[in-house]
Amino acid sequence: MDFGLSEDQALLEQTVEGFLRDRVPIERVRELRQAECPNDRGLWKELAELGATGVLIPEARGGSGLGLFDAAVVAWCLGRAAAPAPFLSSGVMAPVALGAVGGAAADEWLAGIASGERVVGVAVTETFAVREGAGVALEGGRLRGKALMALDAHGADAVLLPVGGERLALVPTGGRGVGVTRLTTIDATRSTAEVALDGARPEALFEGAGPAIARMLDAGRIALAADSLGACESMLAQAVAYARQRHQFGRPIGSFQAVKHLCAEMVAELEPARSLLWYAAHSFDALPGEAPLMACHVLAHASEIGHTIASVATQVHGGIGWTDEQNLHFWYKRIGVGRQLLGGPGWLRERAARIQGLAPAA
Amino acid sequence: MDLDYGERYEAFRRQVRRFLDEHRGQKPAGGLYEAPRADLVRWLSLLIEHGYWARTIPAEYGGYGAEPDLLETVIVDEEFNRAGVPRGMMAQGPSMLVPTLLEHGSEAQKRRWIGPTMRGEVMWCQGYSEPGAGSDLASLQTSAREDGECFAINGQKIWTSGADRSEMMFVLVRTEPEAPKHAGISYLLLPMDTPGIRVRPLETMAGRIGENSFNQVFFDEVRVPQANVVGRRGEGWKIANTTLKHERGSLNANAEALFLRLVKLMKEETSNGVAAIASPVFRDRLMRLQARVLAMKFHAMRLLTLGLKKEPPGVAGLVVKLQNCQLHYDMASLAIDAMGELGVLYDHSRYERERGFWQAHSMFSLGLIIGGGTAQIQKNIIAERGLGLPREPKPAS
Repeated sequence: MDFGLSEDQALLEQTVEGFLRDRVPIERVRELRQAECPNDRGLWKELAELGATGVLIPEARGGSGLGLFDAAVVAWCLGRAAAPAPFLSSGVMAPVALGAVGGAAADEWLAGIASGERVVGVAVTETFAVREGAGVALEGGRLRGKALMALDAHGADAVLLPVGGERLALVPTGGRGVGVTRLTTIDATRSTAEVALDGARPEALFEGAGPAIARMLDAGRIALAADSLGACESMLAQAVAYARQRHQFGRPIGSFQAVKHLCAEMVAELEPARSLLWYAAHSFDALPGEAPLMACHVLAHASEIGHTIASVATQVHGGIGWTDEQNLHFWYKRIGVGRQLLGGPGWLRERAARIQGLAPAA
Repeated sequence: MDLDYGERYEAFRRQVRRFLDEHRGQKPAGGLYEAPRADLVRWLSLLIEHGYWARTIPAEYGGYGAEPDLLETVIVDEEFNRAGVPRGMMAQGPSMLVPTLLEHGSEAQKRRWIGPTMRGEVMWCQGYSEPGAGSDLASLQTSAREDGECFAINGQKIWTSGADRSEMMFVLVRTEPEAPKHAGISYLLLPMDTPGIRVRPLETMAGRIGENSFNQVFFDEVRVPQANVVGRRGEGWKIANTTLKHERGSLNANAEALFLRLVKLMKEETSNGVAAIASPVFRDRLMRLQARVLAMKFHAMRLLTLGLKKEPPGVAGLVVKLQNCQLHYDMASLAIDAMGELGVLYDHSRYERERGFWQAHSMFSLGLIIGGGTAQIQKNIIAERGLGLPREPKPAS
C-alpha cells in the first residue's frame, strides 16, 4: 500500500517547480501577456530539455514514456506557477491520442513534441458543446467548418481534431484553407482559438479513433484538474502568507478568526481534492475502467473548489488582491477559464451520472 | 502508487473473513449495547481470543498481544464493516480510556481496568465537558477537595454519553484551585455507584439516537480515593489531551455505504410518478456529493500511507473531522429533500421512510459537527497548527 507520489514523481515535481521558479516567475508571465501568443516557444523548448513535454511520449520517440500521473504532476506545477505553456494540448491530450492511434505520421509528431520543436493544439469543444454553429465535416478528403475554443491552436504547428465520433484529423496550421484566430479570454496564460477550415486537407486522418478520442478527453480532464488545483495551491499559499504579514487593528489579520477560518476552509477543500486527483490520475494509468468516471468527477470537483478558493484567496488579500499589481488575478483567471474547458462542472456531473446508469443517455 | 496490501496482508484478510463466516452467528442480536451484558462479554472475549479486538494490547493486561501493525488494524476494520458485524469500537472505555491507561496509568491501574474494559465487563463514560466549559475545556470548575485519603468532588458534567449505563467514569476535576487553569486539573477514575452522583438524561433534538444517550451528571460530595488519579495530580490536562488524540473520526468508513444507501433511496422514491434520481437538480446534487465521498475515501488511503511510513500527516490529517461530519450532514439533507413532503415523517408515522433514519442521521450528524471539537474549533486548529497562522491574542484582563 503506497498511495501518493513515488520518489521519482516527487523528484519530477521538485525539478519542474525549481525550473519554473527560476525561468517563469510571475514577472515573466506579466511580460508574456503582451505577446501575440502567450505560449512562448522558447519556454516550450526549455521545458522539452527538462523532459517535461515528452512525459507521455514513448522513449523510442524521444520522450520518457511515463504515465498520466507524472503528467498530472507537471500540470500541477504549471498551474501553480500560472505558466503559459501548451502542455494540456501538446503534452497530454495530443500524445495520448497520437499514441493510441499510432502510425508513422503520429510518431513523427510525437517526436517533434518531445524535442520541443512542435506544438499541437487540440480542437475538442464540439465533442461536448456545439456553439455558434461550429463543427467540422469531411467532404471528399477535405475539411470544412469551424471549431471554437481550440486549446493552444493559436501559434501551434498543427491541430488535432475529432471529425464525428470515430475519426481524428491532424491538420497543419500553415496549410491552405486553415485559419486560426486567437479568441482572447480573461486568462492571459492560456491560449484558445477559433479554427476555421475551408477545404483544408488533413496531413493524416485516423479512422476508428473513437477510443483514442475518449482517452484524450479523460486525460485532458485529469490534467486540467491538476492545473487548476495547482493554481489553487498557489493562491492559498499567497493568502496565508499575506494573512500572516498584513497588520490591521494592531495585529496580523490572520489572527482574526474571520480570516483564519477562510484559510482553514480553503485547505480543508484542497487537500482531499489532491487525494482525488492522485487516484484519478492513477486510474487512467492502471484502472482504465474507472478513468472516465474519475476524470469527470475530478475536474468538476476541482472546478467547484477552484471557484471558491480563487474568490476567497482574493478576499483574504482585501483591496490589494483586486489590483493588477498584486498578480493574484493571473491564477484567478486561469482557474476561471479552466472551469469552462473540456465540459463545465454541470455537464461533467451529468456525464458522471450517465456513466453509472443514473441519468438517461444523451 | 500501489493500492495493493500485498500477499501477506491478503492472507490475513482471508483469515479474518473465515473467522467472520464461522462466528458471525455468535454476535449478540441487535446493537451491542442493547444486548444482555453476558452476551456482549462472550462476544468480545471471543474476538480477543482470535485477535480481532484488543489486538495490540499486551496479554498481561488482557489483550491479544500482537505487535502493532496499521494495515492489520485497517483490514480488521474493513472486513468487520463489510460484514456488518460490530466490534464495539465506539465505546468510550476501549477507544479513549484504555489508550490513556496504557500511556499514563500505573501498573496496578492497567491490570485492574484494561482487561475488564476490553471484555465489556466494565462500561465507561467520559466526564469532560461542563455547562461552562465546552470549547474552552480547560476552564472546567468541577472541584475535587482533598479530604483525608480521598477527594470530595462537587460540580456538574454535561454531554456524558452512556452515563446511565456505565459502571465507571474517567473524569477531569480541578484539584489545585490556586494553579493556572491548565495546571490545576487531575484525571480521576470514579465508580458511578459512589454516593452523591446523580445522572439526569439530556434529551437531544433527535429525540432518539439509539446507542448515544446523553446525560448531565451532578456531583455532591462524591468521595473517591486519591489513588484513583491517573498520572500525577495536576497533570490531567496533558493526560486528557492524549485521550482526545485517540478520539477518532470514525465516520470515514461509513460515508461510501451511506452514499450507496442514498442512491438506492433516490431510485425508489417517486413524486408525481417520477423517481428522485430522474430530477436533474437532485441528480446534480448527488454527483457533487459523490465527488466529495470519493475525495475523502482516497484521502483516507493517503493518510493510511503516511501512517505506514510513520510520516506526520500534517494539515492533511487535521481536515478530516471537519469534512466528514459535514459530508454526512449534506448526504442526509439531500435524502430528506428527495423524499420531500414525506421526508419529515418521524416517530413511526404512517408513510415514514426507513424508520426515520435520514432525519435521525441528519440531526445526529449536526451533533457530530458540534461535538468532539466544534467545526469552528477545528478551523482554528487547522489554521494555527496546519497553516501556521497566529493565535488570537489573549484578551487584556
